Amino acid sequence: MSLTRRDVEGIAHLARLQLSDQDLSRYTDSLTKIFAFVEQLSAVDTGAVEPMAHPLAGEAQRLRLDSVSESNHRDLYQENAPLVEAGLYVVPRVIE
Amino acid sequence: MTNQTTWEVVIGLEIHAQLATRSKIFSGSPTQYGAEPNTQADLVDLGYPGVLPVLNAEAVRMAVKFGLATGSTVATRSVFARKNYFYPDLPKGYQISQYEKPIVEHGKMDIMLEDGTIKTIGITRAHLEEDAGKSLHEGLVGASGIDLNRAGTPLLEIVSEPDMRSAKEAIAYLKKIHSLVRYLEICDGNMQEGSFRCDANVSVRRFGAEKFGTRCEIKNVNSFRYVEKAINYEVARQIDVIEGGGTITQETRLYDANKDETRSMRSKEEANDYRYFPDPDLLPVVIAADYIEAVRGTLPELPDQKAARFHSDYALSAYDAGVLTASREMADYYEASLRTLNLGTDAGKLHSAAKLAANWVMGDLSAALNNHNLDIGQSPMDSTRFAGLLVRLLDETISGKIAKEVFEAMWSEGATADAIIESRGLRQITDISAIEQAISEVMAASPKQLADYRAGKDKLFGYFVGQTMKATQGKANPAVLNDLLQKMLPGA
Repeated sequence: MSLTRRDVEGIAHLARLQLSDQDLSRYTDSLTKIFAFVEQLSAVDTGAVEPMAHPLAGEAQRLRLDSVSESNHRDLYQENAPLVEAGLYVVPRVIE
Repeated sequence: MTNQTTWEVVIGLEIHAQLATRSKIFSGSPTQYGAEPNTQADLVDLGYPGVLPVLNAEAVRMAVKFGLATGSTVATRSVFARKNYFYPDLPKGYQISQYEKPIVEHGKMDIMLEDGTIKTIGITRAHLEEDAGKSLHEGLVGASGIDLNRAGTPLLEIVSEPDMRSAKEAIAYLKKIHSLVRYLEICDGNMQEGSFRCDANVSVRRFGAEKFGTRCEIKNVNSFRYVEKAINYEVARQIDVIEGGGTITQETRLYDANKDETRSMRSKEEANDYRYFPDPDLLPVVIAADYIEAVRGTLPELPDQKAARFHSDYALSAYDAGVLTASREMADYYEASLRTLNLGTDAGKLHSAAKLAANWVMGDLSAALNNHNLDIGQSPMDSTRFAGLLVRLLDETISGKIAKEVFEAMWSEGATADAIIESRGLRQITDISAIEQAISEVMAASPKQLADYRAGKDKLFGYFVGQTMKATQGKANPAVLNDLLQKMLPGA
């Protein structure tokens, strides 16, 4: 399987990456190589293998009790925000 | 023009129910509605690097409860996945949801159609996921404000099969799910606050067509009435487009309640590539069979079971039983008032009292609650005081007509039925001689009407009923009055 430039453009857009023409060719090549590497798996018959959702096979998710353990640290956390107003994180306008 | 005989409407609903946990699905932040912005968002909710989600046991229990109540398969192993997209109210850049292996699958829900027939709607799946934050636009120029208090609130997304064939069916299903989640106490069902939300997938096809038409997804509808209006608008729009020679494009549309129309959300068109993959931060959720059985043991009597019991025990119509059991609070109020009546074991007595109580709960009481924008749980008249009115109707102290006056006074004054009846002298006259006296006076005062009646104008019977009632201030027992008039009017 090989990727087209268009595929890579699409993936870059979904990841919000801006790629130059030069980058696009380079990424198309290297991603195609990665695919080829993974394609080797196709040579193995995995029909009888149960798909794994996690590398820790056989382990189950631990659950926590439904209790409130966190208190309000808004001021501390918002020190990292570029822009804050009335307790809100301010971002470029998003509206439909 | 919309041609109802040509076009079949196909609707599926995706319902988002916020689970009524104390803390969030993957963090220890509180979930309470209405807090100051961003005061209930911790590092996990904010998507800081290096944090790990830990699943809330209560969210799992609630999802299992829903699965069991809808006859679904509860997965003994389910998997969380990342749904990737960028939006400012989603700090991590992905939403933790479930994709290939949801916790609940293959359920069903019966709804009652307008003609009283029962239709079964399939529930494809219900999966656990986290809610996103909220974007606010007011008061900011060229910017939006993000409040992440809601981020990480547990959601159960309930996806139906495309089984509904009209907006009315969709509303019946939506109301049924709404009622169920409240019975189960897994969601408060508050649509204004967004605890219970609905997206509708709508398409049309010609009757007899095998394939579904292209569907549009309508978002942002936050009341039963708007869901119905949005679907009806969308159906008419799609039929217009197709009949005008156009084709429907699959897209997400936003319902604008002010304009009563749906419009395309362009930004969503390219976003439908979510690149789901299993979330490496979370292990598969394993649920043991004995855990499922333990949860099953905690299920309350469900709306359909309750309605069936009301139908058989109280001889109520299926319709009445359905209305009374739509909310657990109303059903409880109704049964509490019946218990107060202390009816013993006489089935005849029980059934007539049950019907009377049903009429008053669904009639005057519901109307009064509606007028004051109250839930039955907030009723200023408790079930004991309400039953006091029923007692006086059943023992014929007052007639149905007077009872309405008594009810209104009870509502506004907060007094008991007996106190109102006494203080206003509303006790019904059952004393035959008193009613005879009143009739004689009316007959004497209406010689012309009496002569006409005796000459064959039967309709004037009602005139005499009315006049005598007036003379007794509405307090004459209607049955006694009727009997006496039948005897006295024809003359000797």
